[in-house]
Amino acid sequence: MIERRPIADMIGHLILLAAIFIVAFPIYLAVIAASHTIEGLSQAPMPLLPGAELLTNTAKALFDGPQMVGVSGATPAIVLLGNSMIMAISIAVGKIVISLLSAFAIVYFRFPLRNFFFWMIFITLMLPVEVRIIPTYKIVADLGLLDTYTGLVLPLIASATATFLFRQFFMTVPDELVEAARIDGAGPMRFFWDVLVPLSRTSIAAMFVIQFIYGWNQYLWPLLIASDYQYQTIVLAIGRLIRAPDAFYEWPVIMGMAVLALLPPVAVVLLMQRWFVKGLVETEK
Amino acid sequence: MAKVSLQGVKKNYGSIRVIHGVDIEIKDGEFIVIVGPSGCGKSTLLRMIAGLEAITEGSIGIGDRVVNDIEPRDRDIAMVFQNYALYPHMSVFENISYGLRIRGMSKADIQKRVDRAADILQLQPYLQRRPRELSGGQRQRVAMGRAIVREPSVFLFDEPLSNLDAKLRVQMRLEIKRLHQQLGVTSIYVTHDQVEAMTLADRLIVMNQGRAEQIGSPAEVYSNPATTYVGGFIGSPPMNFVPCKVEAGQAVLDDGTSLALPERLRGTPAGAYILGIRPENMHVAQPGQGAQFTLAVDVAEELGADTLLHGKIAGTDVVVRLPSTAGFHDNSRPSLVADMAQVHLYDRESGRNIH
Ligand SMILES: Nc1ncnc2c1ncn2[C@@H]1O[C@H](COP(=O)(O)OP(=O)(O)OP(=O)(O)O)[C@@H](O)[C@H]1O
Ligand SMILES: [Mg+2]
Repeated sequence: MIERRPIADMIGHLILLAAIFIVAFPIYLAVIAASHTIEGLSQAPMPLLPGAELLTNTAKALFDGPQMVGVSGATPAIVLLGNSMIMAISIAVGKIVISLLSAFAIVYFRFPLRNFFFWMIFITLMLPVEVRIIPTYKIVADLGLLDTYTGLVLPLIASATATFLFRQFFMTVPDELVEAARIDGAGPMRFFWDVLVPLSRTSIAAMFVIQFIYGWNQYLWPLLIASDYQYQTIVLAIGRLIRAPDAFYEWPVIMGMAVLALLPPVAVVLLMQRWFVKGLVETEK
Repeated sequence: MAKVSLQGVKKNYGSIRVIHGVDIEIKDGEFIVIVGPSGCGKSTLLRMIAGLEAITEGSIGIGDRVVNDIEPRDRDIAMVFQNYALYPHMSVFENISYGLRIRGMSKADIQKRVDRAADILQLQPYLQRRPRELSGGQRQRVAMGRAIVREPSVFLFDEPLSNLDAKLRVQMRLEIKRLHQQLGVTSIYVTHDQVEAMTLADRLIVMNQGRAEQIGSPAEVYSNPATTYVGGFIGSPPMNFVPCKVEAGQAVLDDGTSLALPERLRGTPAGAYILGIRPENMHVAQPGQGAQFTLAVDVAEELGADTLLHGKIAGTDVVVRLPSTAGFHDNSRPSLVADMAQVHLYDRESGRNIH
């Protein structure tokens, strides 16, 4: 836009600021809550300025877990974070690997029922975990995968979205590049590895961010699969804490845990932001 | 280096035949140019030689082997594509050496070959750059470098210069020619540009709708086109075609002008023909020399040394190329004689040259 309209600009900025406030305020509250003692926090009204206990509370959340009455044994956040990490990274990496390979097959090979398979993959977009949860649970249970990392990750690892994205990207790769590689003597997997994967790296980064956050935020599936505390994820644990009876728990420590739960996705987004935006916006060829 | 032989090569896409049988024996070290208008099947033919496209019928041999069922990488060929097809994420060095690395050649040998190619193509300063950081001409050279380092028996080029601007095209054309002289590798080159075709080729294949209309040296194709199609395609401006009747050693035009046929055409049976004559084979009638016809000039195009006169002879549009010093303009009416030694007669139905 070349035209500059100060009033419109100002209104736009005000709306953006308001939106930022709406999104950021609860997070701010969580950080504030995590920085007070229980006593300090129980005053009404709730304090809006930071206290001095942030490090103590988060350290406690990290290594001991919030102490509660009525819930058997607290799991320290470090274990929960570890589980969440394993789950989110496995899901993201698994989805990317599987989608890259299936998109490669669909775009570059003629095999019987190719279109049928493509549409089958495409249709699964309409069947998120929640819809197929009972049969999936049954299968995972029958395979003896309850309370395992495999059980947590495997059913979530196929991705129609990512397959579709990579398919679209592969279709923009010029045919002549494929032919040049053929003449250079690159077999299909060599071409995949030496040419397609490096060319897809920005899309891969974008997919990693999206799928990492998707994996990190999983709630329903871990809730069913991980009954053992050892396999619980942090999102799940926070959810359970909030449902415990109020009077008994260490809110500042829980908030410390919530803050900890926020950090990895934020870190992933910040670290990969540049590539992420590139992957969604630009096609580098 | 190797000879290449095509025998009855045909190609169908589904039920549509796009190559109707091409036969040619290409000699070792020869530079062959396949020329023709868009869609005539040039690329298809080249891609069949490369092995990128299956052959429907016939056989293709490279060296002493029939390569019909051999993978491109094992055909001992290298190809340069129109849009270069460089790997965007690799440096120039990596692009050029990729094929060698796949073949598992030692680092030292790769370095040696790339250096040599880079010297020939003046690419040394750019070896560490990415293709996107190069100009069109430099990318073109990288694509050639990739072909050269393979040291193939046959080079295949598919319109390698058509993405370059006119000046660079002339320069690269020369470089390709020099390269061929230097390396002496059998080359097959596709283009729709007749200047490229004429200047580069040892022999031309003029294609028309999936058929090889004429195969011959540029001079032969130019001075003795096998069909009206070839005469009309090669040469700028193209050959003039004027309907005529042949009677008793004379070609009689529609307006009654009578031209004495040369010795070689005198035996032509009487009937309706097309007279083909190149624009530069008509001259101003000298005083004393009987003028054969008068050209009613519509438009005169000054080209510098020459002027192209567009006009009508016996009701047919023709172009005559005369030296600008003759001084003709729009609406001039020069008296002309045709150099009858250079004319050709073509069958009216088939357009074939009557020898
Ligand atoms: N995959 C295909 N399926 C069907 N028809 C095709 C296919 N590829 C090419 N053709 C047809 O074959 C004919 C020859 O194509 P080709 O690409 O060889 O032409 P060309 O002479 O190289 O033209 P240009 O100068 O435009 O590159 C064209 O009529 C084209 O429509
Ligand atoms: Mg072509």
